[in-house]
Amino acid sequence: MSLTLEEVRHVAGLARLSLSSEEEALMRTQLSAILDAMAELSRVDTSKVEPTSHAAGEAAPWRSDQVRPSLPEEKALGNAPSKVGTSFAVPKIIE
Amino acid sequence: MEPTELSMLELGRKLAAGELSSAEVVRACLARVDRLDGRVKAFLRVDREGALAQADAADRRCKDGKRAGLLDGVPVGLKDLFLTEGLPTTAGSRILESFIAPFDATVVKLLRAAGTPILGKLNMDEFAMGSSTENSAYFPTRNPWNLETSPGGSSGGSAAAVSARMVFGALGTDTGGSIRQPAALTGTVGLKPTYGRVSRFGVVAFASSLDQVGPMTRDVPDCAALLQAIAVHDPQDSTSAPVKAPDYLAELETGVRGMKLGLPREYFDLPGMDPEVRSAVEAATRELEKLGAELVPVSLPHTKYALATYYLVAPAEASSNLARYDGVRYGLRVPEKNLLAMYGRTRDKGFGLEVKRRIMLGTYALSAGYYDAYYLKAQKVRTLIKQDFVEAFRTVDAVLSPTSPTPAFRIGEKVSDPLAMYLNDVFTLPCNLAGLPGLSLPCGFTRAGLPIGLQILGRPWDEARVLRIGRTFEREHDFHRRTPPLGAS
Repeated sequence: MSLTLEEVRHVAGLARLSLSSEEEALMRTQLSAILDAMAELSRVDTSKVEPTSHAAGEAAPWRSDQVRPSLPEEKALGNAPSKVGTSFAVPKIIE
Repeated sequence: MEPTELSMLELGRKLAAGELSSAEVVRACLARVDRLDGRVKAFLRVDREGALAQADAADRRCKDGKRAGLLDGVPVGLKDLFLTEGLPTTAGSRILESFIAPFDATVVKLLRAAGTPILGKLNMDEFAMGSSTENSAYFPTRNPWNLETSPGGSSGGSAAAVSARMVFGALGTDTGGSIRQPAALTGTVGLKPTYGRVSRFGVVAFASSLDQVGPMTRDVPDCAALLQAIAVHDPQDSTSAPVKAPDYLAELETGVRGMKLGLPREYFDLPGMDPEVRSAVEAATRELEKLGAELVPVSLPHTKYALATYYLVAPAEASSNLARYDGVRYGLRVPEKNLLAMYGRTRDKGFGLEVKRRIMLGTYALSAGYYDAYYLKAQKVRTLIKQDFVEAFRTVDAVLSPTSPTPAFRIGEKVSDPLAMYLNDVFTLPCNLAGLPGLSLPCGFTRAGLPIGLQILGRPWDEARVLRIGRTFEREHDFHRRTPPLGAS
């Protein structure tokens, strides 16, 4: 199968990646080739097979709902590219 | 004999006996790093002061008769995706170039409790996506056995550092072979434990249903000892199983008499398999037969679909996990006036090409209209791959195969062809999809002097037996004692 440039741009948008036009062209060729290789899965009859989402096979464990200390604000904000007070700062989204 | 030639357990005994100090051993390792790492390039960061301080503390415990265990004072390294408080953790990516973790990963805490000085952080393919360490955003690591070749990946820095005797052992992670394949290519021992055996809290995530932390060492007893130190249930990781680890050293030397070992024909008949790899692995299986095991042909019929299954499941999970790198809370930010532009430009600048490729592939496989055909389909085939093993383990105790279809390949040889690179993992992927423990250990060398790895896959939670089989083979040979020809300077 061959992806169109529009499909590549749509997926890049979903993934929040601003690709250059060279990257878009490369992704189009390479993803098309990779998806072609993956298409062999369609030959497997899975009509009576349940999906496996996890190798563990155990149900998610329960734990008691106890309040425990979390990272102090100073540490949590230690890597912030931009902060205001005790908050992470981002560009304004509502004018 | 140089102290850096010792195994972890041998060194531990000498430290306990007072024949060596941890501080002098750390200095010997650092001297080796200074002498060799300009060529090997295994380290992203060497923590001299930290390692020496931890060594001094170990030496004091020893003097006070309070050694923390068999590995107290034995220097190790960490793949650079284990969070280390106060030290950079980059995951091999530009997007985390300036990231300094605010806490230690659980396994790092466990190593600190075991007393192992941490010499530094080791190179890796960006976000563990790759099989050659060429996808590191910083530089490729070289294979100590031949500097023109790759040590494999993604834990290539860890494998190279252990192989070149710059550290005694290291931790890596294995999502599709990232511990075992570099171990095979560098003549070292690497174990991917059962999914859930080791905590992943504080480990940079790649594909959460597949990732597992494991030890990389020079020999099998060290591998058992290092696994022992980290195989502890962690309530902070809900996938860490509340299963008590057995004593991995207890039955290590008890042989393979009476065991049934499966030879999956699908793993030996692969087109493109290197003939020297095939003959070395076949010789190893015959030798285990002589040592008392019974070889049983088995079939894992869905093996041929593992590659496609993996390269849908892993990128899908990765695209979701890597959504957190948005320039808001940590890591790189490219300032923009508009939030969406900030996300897009930050991620474009911060991620390398392979990471973008996998994010794109995963996003596509999860997107509306394609989810059933790709992601859900892959999850169903995953069930069949898992069932193949369940079936095989009804008759055999473990499965033997090559770890990698080829020995170390030249740097640059495969990096521009993603599909050729993905084929490196063809023997290691099914183990992750099924959640099994898998060991790679050296089983020979090619005529050109490159190491060859034997892979042993076991039942879930059966690491002890996998290690025992490996040890039974290992002690008949000196493969694990051979040192790469790195010369004087």
